[in-house]
Amino acid sequence: MDDRAPPSNGAALQAVYPDSLTLRIDAPTALTMDSGAALSPLTIAYQTYGALNAAKSNALLICHALTGDQHVANLHPVTGRPGWWETMVGPGRPFDTDRFFIICANVLGGCMGSTGPVSLDPASGEPYGLDFPVVTIADMVRAQALLIDHLGIDTLFCVAGGSMGGMQVLQWAAAYPERVFAALPIATAARHSSQNIAFHEVGRQAVMADPDWRGGRYLIEGVRPSKGLAVARMAAHITYLSDSALHRRFGRNLQDRAARTFSFDADFQVESYLRHQGRIFVDRFDPNSYLYLTRAMDYFDLAADFGGSLVNAFKGSPTRFCVVSFTSDWLFPTSDSRAIVRALNAGAASVSFVEIETDRGHDAFLLDVPELIATTRGFVDSAARARGIA
Amino acid sequence: MTLARVLDARRVDLLRVMEMVAPGSRVLDVGCGDGELLHLLAEERNVDGRGIELSQQGVNDCVAKGLSVIQGDADADLNDYPDDGFDFVILSQTLQATRHPRRVLENLLRIGRRAIVSVPNFGHWSVRVQLALRGRMPVTEKLRYSWYDTPNIHFCTITDFIDLAGEVGAVIDRAVTLDQRGAELSALWPKWTWNLVGEQAIFLLHREKTGERPVPADVAQRAPGPGASAGVL
Repeated sequence: MDDRAPPSNGAALQAVYPDSLTLRIDAPTALTMDSGAALSPLTIAYQTYGALNAAKSNALLICHALTGDQHVANLHPVTGRPGWWETMVGPGRPFDTDRFFIICANVLGGCMGSTGPVSLDPASGEPYGLDFPVVTIADMVRAQALLIDHLGIDTLFCVAGGSMGGMQVLQWAAAYPERVFAALPIATAARHSSQNIAFHEVGRQAVMADPDWRGGRYLIEGVRPSKGLAVARMAAHITYLSDSALHRRFGRNLQDRAARTFSFDADFQVESYLRHQGRIFVDRFDPNSYLYLTRAMDYFDLAADFGGSLVNAFKGSPTRFCVVSFTSDWLFPTSDSRAIVRALNAGAASVSFVEIETDRGHDAFLLDVPELIATTRGFVDSAARARGIA
Repeated sequence: MTLARVLDARRVDLLRVMEMVAPGSRVLDVGCGDGELLHLLAEERNVDGRGIELSQQGVNDCVAKGLSVIQGDADADLNDYPDDGFDFVILSQTLQATRHPRRVLENLLRIGRRAIVSVPNFGHWSVRVQLALRGRMPVTEKLRYSWYDTPNIHFCTITDFIDLAGEVGAVIDRAVTLDQRGAELSALWPKWTWNLVGEQAIFLLHREKTGERPVPADVAQRAPGPGASAGVL
């Protein structure tokens, strides 16, 4: 451990010494994971915004997506860019930091300070790499529940998130129905589709095909499979957008040139854009973490955990739900959301559902989409009234 | 005051619908608009209400009121609901805009122990006059659309609806007919006058249990249900 090279960039530093609050849980307490592994010690890095009220009734947990992190509404410590959900979180925003105590934790298996494949394996003194146990969405939520316990919160006012964050929202509501007053799963599914597993496998294979991946031991060997991870990000990024959104933004426009170069340079703006997306991603994200988190999404099938019936997962749920999908989202299409809504209805749960018309694809949940903001505000405000939050 | 607001909005039919809903029951309002009726039912009848609404704006208005509303439509989304999931399923002024009114009505009767359906009456005298004397598709104050842009693709008369109810095995517990001013037509008037003067009718129905006799063809002769303030057609 002592002769380990110091973190070479900001991201590696954040994985070990995050600019966040941390909860550390040491032996003998361990997190029992779906794989059967018992994880100890465990660190959860998290951010909070606003203040917990005396009744501890105003806590709102935000669950981040695959490549998100806990920095929801502050400048990112690595990229220096604004928080990833500042359209939704802040004073006067739908997740109003003047009214609610907002919590967001880096997921288990992440690389921004919570325990993951970058963390040191106490058994070897080296980064876990592939020796880190495979993480599931349920494991992430178990870890978050430990954090919520630590904060002395019995019932969360609301759990909200999009994509992989939405999966965690559903898992929270199914596993801890009494602890979730309101749930807002956005652009998500109760199980990852075959097509999405396929996309993820392409991304993972791109990482593993990079010679610098070294069987997941790149940190120990002092290299980094940046090219593989960048390709994975480029492929995934396409799935977050839509045909019409890409065309509107880039068309067939050329990048800084008047004519085709008859080469394999990035002639087209869209190529240049994707290369840029790949490049900036590898600066802030750990390749092994990408493998683990995509796997967690692939394994997610909420019905399978409840005897094959999604209805059972939500039967008699006291939680009030608002499910949101986007018309142009082909990664988590509206049919996925409708399956959730059907199950909630069949289980006699309280559910609202909105399909928002937009051509911005899956990424719409992160963007300034007025209908999303209006829906969220209406749902959160009415739930706050029902909960008696000023 | 909620009641005054409804009256101002000239939806007197909503009050008649509300009177048919038992307090504390589970209600699904199909085509719930901005949630006016669900809100009224929650306040006045203390119901556990849910809604289905097609328009984005309508759903957002409902969600902001704290109502549980799903974006969808009667044709596509009723199939997803389990049998007997609700005490009352309401379809207010919407049946004529569905693609498959018969299937929708069957679904209402399947999902709810009681269905409340209100329909505009295409047999109203003003409609008949426009078609018979002017030779034109009717446009009235309530039915403002021209034939080429109307969402109302399946109009029926009061008598037609009663026939459909019979065909799908529904029992009409109660029927209320309102004139243009929203006043209830007298039970003492001859039956055919309601199909002529009634601008809309509101029906409380339930499906006949399997194994029982089919609904008599002449549903019009059935006695009014308990609490009925107007005759059953």
